[in-house]
Amino acid sequence: MNEPVTDSNSSPATEDSSTTAKSGVDVTSFASRRTLVLRRFLRNKPAVASLVLLAVMFIGCYALPPLLPYSYSDLDFFALQQPPSAEHWFGTNSLGQDLLAQTLRGMQKSMLIGVCVAFISTVIAATVGTIAGYFGGWRDRSLMWIVDLMLVVPAFLLITIVVQRTKGDIIWMIFLLSVFSWMISSRIVRGMTMSLKEREFVVAARYMGVRDSRIIIRHIVPNVASIVIIDTALNVGIAILAETGLSYLGFGVQPPDVSLGTLIASGTPSATTFPWLFLFPAGVLVLIIFCANLVGDGLRDALDPGSRALRRKAR
Amino acid sequence: MTLLQVRDLTVAFPTDTDTVNAVRGMNFDVNPREVVALVGESGAGKSASAMAVVGLLPEYAAVSGSIRLHGDELVGLSDERMSQIRGKVIGTVFQDPMSALTPVYTVGDQIAEAIEIHQRDIGRRAARTRAIELLELVGISQPERRSRSFPHELSGGERQRVVIAIAIANDPDLLICDEPTTALDVTVQAQILEVLKTARDVTNAGVLIITHDLGVVAEFANRALVMYAGRPVEIAPVDELYHDRRMPYTAGLLGSVPRLDARQGARLVPIPGAPPAMAALPPGCPFEPRCPLAIDKCRDAEPALLEIAPGHSAACIRTEQVAGRSAAQIYGVSTEPAAVQQAADEPVVLRVRDLAKTYKLTKGVVFRRQVGEVRAVDGVSFELQEGRTLGIVGESGSGKSTTLHQILELTAPQSGSIEVLGTDVATLTGRTRRELRSELQVVFQDPVASLDPRLPVFDVLAEPLSANGFDKKQIDDRVAELLGTVGLRIQDASRYPAEFSGGQKQRIGIARALALQPRILALDEPVSALDVSIQAGIINLLLDLQQRFELSYLFVSHDLSVVKHLAHRVAVMYKGTIVEQGEGDQVFTNPQHEYTRRLLAAVPQPEVDRR
Repeated sequence: MNEPVTDSNSSPATEDSSTTAKSGVDVTSFASRRTLVLRRFLRNKPAVASLVLLAVMFIGCYALPPLLPYSYSDLDFFALQQPPSAEHWFGTNSLGQDLLAQTLRGMQKSMLIGVCVAFISTVIAATVGTIAGYFGGWRDRSLMWIVDLMLVVPAFLLITIVVQRTKGDIIWMIFLLSVFSWMISSRIVRGMTMSLKEREFVVAARYMGVRDSRIIIRHIVPNVASIVIIDTALNVGIAILAETGLSYLGFGVQPPDVSLGTLIASGTPSATTFPWLFLFPAGVLVLIIFCANLVGDGLRDALDPGSRALRRKAR
Repeated sequence: MTLLQVRDLTVAFPTDTDTVNAVRGMNFDVNPREVVALVGESGAGKSASAMAVVGLLPEYAAVSGSIRLHGDELVGLSDERMSQIRGKVIGTVFQDPMSALTPVYTVGDQIAEAIEIHQRDIGRRAARTRAIELLELVGISQPERRSRSFPHELSGGERQRVVIAIAIANDPDLLICDEPTTALDVTVQAQILEVLKTARDVTNAGVLIITHDLGVVAEFANRALVMYAGRPVEIAPVDELYHDRRMPYTAGLLGSVPRLDARQGARLVPIPGAPPAMAALPPGCPFEPRCPLAIDKCRDAEPALLEIAPGHSAACIRTEQVAGRSAAQIYGVSTEPAAVQQAADEPVVLRVRDLAKTYKLTKGVVFRRQVGEVRAVDGVSFELQEGRTLGIVGESGSGKSTTLHQILELTAPQSGSIEVLGTDVATLTGRTRRELRSELQVVFQDPVASLDPRLPVFDVLAEPLSANGFDKKQIDDRVAELLGTVGLRIQDASRYPAEFSGGQKQRIGIARALALQPRILALDEPVSALDVSIQAGIINLLLDLQQRFELSYLFVSHDLSVVKHLAHRVAVMYKGTIVEQGEGDQVFTNPQHEYTRRLLAAVPQPEVDRR
């Protein structure tokens, strides 16, 4: 049935985008996909704000500590367990350590681990998923066998054991967390690839003589990009949470070094009596994950021209 | 007394930005035993009007006006009250019979359920018996046995018969058919129309049929409402509509239908432009921007329906300019085929011999064993000469698409041989295959599916070029040239496919296929998914392009009329084999095979005195 709603609904979009297209175009060199995606992303204010905030936090946690009067390990015996003040912005803990310096140090570890793990595991997932789905046959069978194998390995146990042996080495943690977190997404990507492979624009590209690798990069990956990007954004959060969880339990980053996990762990017992010990690291954690998700949403909307046209129910 | 009386019906859909007025002031009546057709292109508001009558519009749709059935007001009734009317007083037949039936119940149960819901005291056994009677009535053989089948065990035509059986199960007074034959093959379509006629005679119901197919209207309806931009623009008895249409839009619609009696190469009359956006319509006649007869006065106010003859009215102030003139005269285009002297001994660019493709049927999970095979294509042979068009005609499942894709793969077939431009595809290596690909390109049926929605048009067109080693400058030039060739603006290059109408998308698909300057173009039902007025433009474009670039077309279609316009030679496929092959005029005027004759007889023609 011809749904008149969608038909006539798409027309107004055509109208105003045709005017924007007209005003924005430089006839001699056509606006490429990249500039269009960028333009669409910049139009999404919350996502841009989150991205800026994430960048500020990322740069801040590396650039700020040298400028502070205290390092994360310094003890101020004149300010034990003090609430936030002009001298110690985030307050101090029972040893007199400055919580701002400690939180920044923790952010360094956590954000680095989160971003790296999310990125690496997404790249693995996208590569494995598209190759298995596009080519099928023996590639599909062997790759999915590996996925099944990885899924039955008790990952958390394995990571805790290895991380303990490596004394909380950050590279090992990134490696282990990424190796154990790509399997589910690669299955999703594989399924989407298999249905995309049958679509006419992929068939058309094959008939035009486009190479398989190029079809995967230009047609398959952008079309699974929305799920991959959401996945990356969520993975940042999950990876940070995994790292925090490990450290919270004492398996991750080892003292005297700190991460958000160890900070939250040490702040938890006094969450109600000395709330700043718990609230600042936990708040930062929430903020990072929230921003990562907003950026992911914004990127999806920019990459997928259809996703914003989805009808909202009027009532 | 009138059965259904619709007055000032409006339907509006609020969206994030604007309110879309899908229906803007419909007035019509349906009498008992009368067949009224709502005709128009997609987005004209025909489905919205009909769904408003049955109360099946989404909840957020704002419906106003009056719909009276037997004098009782339907607008504003609760969904509960409407449920008692739907299926009992109003029967509905939808377009896609597969999704209209529940896959997990037998068809007999589904018909019985429809009866039991509205006649509580009938009893299970009586309902079953009645269901079997209904199946017999709609022409399903062995109704007792078939009533225990599941929907997937029936063919498309049989499923639609079951849907009709459900619609008439409670002896309704009004039958609403929403594109009942669109999803079906031609021969099945004719049978379904017969069943609908029987259904009307048995129930004495009035029928409201929604269709975009003017042939179906001519075959089946008594009265037609031509709709445009949410309003009827011409209302007339069907025979008067075809002989003496007064609205330029109707004339254009009729002129753009491909006809079986046309000569090869005959141009059609397309309506320029596209239907208006339904949000924020400018004042004046909504058809004015596309109308060849528009004058300044047309922009002032939207014309009301003016009576021309009893029962015939048109919403146009220039009706006297339309009377007695042909569509080609009104739109100022020539339909004459371009004079081309065809040498009969043009070189053969594509030769297929004894092509066969079989699928193995296997059973068992652990021990796979072959239980038989399906011969999708079975010994097909044909030749395509340079600069000519070979039309492959057949219904769904005839193997025409399989044949086409077998050729496009450019790999050795299971058996038989394919020769493209003198090269046997079995001898190709990876490199020579890629070179040959640039000579053989394809245009797909569905322009929505064949364009990557995430690539702007420039990238879509640049893809085949960059894959074949063009540099940036050459690509820019060629893309601009291609857009001009298919009648799009250069500015369109930075827009996404979703922002174009169906016809424009198909033009992009054709431009992409032309990018590498191929010599053979495979057309896989290139106009089937388009509205008639748009379809006409694409057919004309294909004819022009063939003349300009001396292209050879391999044209696959189920639509005989379209093939008649385009093809020099025609091959009719049935169950995997070519049953008849010959010059287009010969096959159409003097069909030799029984199946070809059946196919030709089943095509509904947009004229009334054929019956």
